[in-house]
Amino acid sequence: MVTNKTNSNNIYNFEHTPNLIFDTSLKLENGSVLNKPTIAYQTYGELNHNKSNAILICHALTGDQYAAGTHPVTLKMGWWNDMIGRDKVFDTNSYFIICTNVLGGCMGSTGPKSINSDTNNYFGNDFPEIGIQDMVNLQKKLIDHLGIEKLLCVVGGSMGGMQVLEWATKYSERVKLAIPIATSYRHTAQNIAFHEVGRQAIKNDTNWLNGDYIKNNTSPEKGLAAARMVAHITYMSEKSLSKKFGRNKKNLNPLSKIFEGSFEVENYLQYQGSSFVSRFDANSYLHLTRSMDRFDLSEKFNGNLEKVFKSNTCKWLIISFNSDWLFPTSESKRLVNALNANACNVSFVEIESDRGHDSFLLQIPRLYNILRGFLIGAKFK
Amino acid sequence: MKNIRADHYIISKIVKNNSRILDIGCADGQLLYLLEKEKNVSGQGIEIKHDKVETCLKKGLSVIEGDANKEIINYPKKSFDYVILSQTLQTVERPKWLLNEILRIGKSAIISFPNFGHWLCRAQILFKGTMPVTSDLKLAWYDTQNIHLCTIRDFNNLILELNLQINEKFGINKKKVLSFPFNLFSLNIFASHAVFVVSKKN
Repeated sequence: MVTNKTNSNNIYNFEHTPNLIFDTSLKLENGSVLNKPTIAYQTYGELNHNKSNAILICHALTGDQYAAGTHPVTLKMGWWNDMIGRDKVFDTNSYFIICTNVLGGCMGSTGPKSINSDTNNYFGNDFPEIGIQDMVNLQKKLIDHLGIEKLLCVVGGSMGGMQVLEWATKYSERVKLAIPIATSYRHTAQNIAFHEVGRQAIKNDTNWLNGDYIKNNTSPEKGLAAARMVAHITYMSEKSLSKKFGRNKKNLNPLSKIFEGSFEVENYLQYQGSSFVSRFDANSYLHLTRSMDRFDLSEKFNGNLEKVFKSNTCKWLIISFNSDWLFPTSESKRLVNALNANACNVSFVEIESDRGHDSFLLQIPRLYNILRGFLIGAKFK
Repeated sequence: MKNIRADHYIISKIVKNNSRILDIGCADGQLLYLLEKEKNVSGQGIEIKHDKVETCLKKGLSVIEGDANKEIINYPKKSFDYVILSQTLQTVERPKWLLNEILRIGKSAIISFPNFGHWLCRAQILFKGTMPVTSDLKLAWYDTQNIHLCTIRDFNNLILELNLQINEKFGINKKKVLSFPFNLFSLNIFASHAVFVVSKKN
């Protein structure tokens, strides 16, 4: 197994600023209550005088609030660093960009590795079940706190796209532009199945200790790495894996070492797994994958997606990628059709890329042009 | 207003204020933009070409990227007040099927097409013995996308066959709307281009 020792910071002893600790409690969708929740966030650019230039960027499952600039834990550049900044797509000369760590995450917002104010101990396995709705409700508290009446835009890919869908349907009057990318209004059985493999890997790691590993100074690193490895495959296309690695072999060890990883793709995945554990909490992974699996925008309407968008006033841009088999174009099309059925203001683009689901994180010129154009178009009217 | 295409001008006069519109093959959104500005419509376009879709987005227009023949079946019935098919009918594989689909999802259809019965076309076939090449039919037979060309009378016959009704019809020649009173016979000779407003019979 490839080991990855870096001199980066440790997620368990790092304080993420800015953050906001609410005095009030957050009532969760499942009925339980979180006292004094914390939200950690980053902002880029300046909020204008009438607070009309705010864009909320929602991160995906393993992303965080450090969308641009250097990440203080991993010391790498943010996941949308090429997208956010001066003269970039999300131009900080004119927009105020907000990105929060989601509820249940592990970069400073309340999550399983936080201290439970009721018990003065780590939440661990006591962390309540959360949903995409709860993530959005916590973000809304921050937006209220910042005094922003209406967000110019809410945008995000994958799990971030689910948050966009939740924002733009539950709080549609607070959102002008909604851009869900490479996402779906609910997980398919296949999506859930892949997540379950990851969760089983974590829970079957003897260091998981029913979620109480932090107290015991250990971590289910092998399980979390295996979870990341299987998930990583779903983020790529067969074509991109073939192009990158093919059947190339790293070493031609004797037969006794055949399970040490001789194909390059094996080494690559092992590297992905081991670097992931240094920046992510296993319990967060369990909770966040669960919240994605449970998300279903149409649930309240007995599975009738059309009813979700009744008299919706947002301006929508839905984007999918042709090689994304995790959230295929057909899922985005369901959203488009449901919006069309309600005469909503919707645009749709399928972008060609052979890089699979991860395409939304990559510097694909057409993606950049389309996002930039859509934002310009919104000002145009 | 000088630079507006004659068929766009006619369509902008036909369309009622605040109506909901689908423009099939909306290209760079010129017509949709005009209608949003002049008639405050809520518009949507379908366009297959990538760069044109991007231009539409930049103009703030709603556009679905894709092939109209495939996209149109996803719309529920009567979702639009008008469905516009501007210079597209003659390029599609199944014009009759498309016409029916358009009138399923739209209360009215506005269809514009080049008239193969125009005197210039007739003359070219009669005297030169070649397929016509005119300002409305610019490309030679081997380059053109037009696979289902028709005359105004042909179109009229199809409408009768489908038991639809023609609410209005306009002729265009040399980029100008024909203003003299006409019947189908004269329209079919003097209009190089036609705009029809069609709906189902009540």
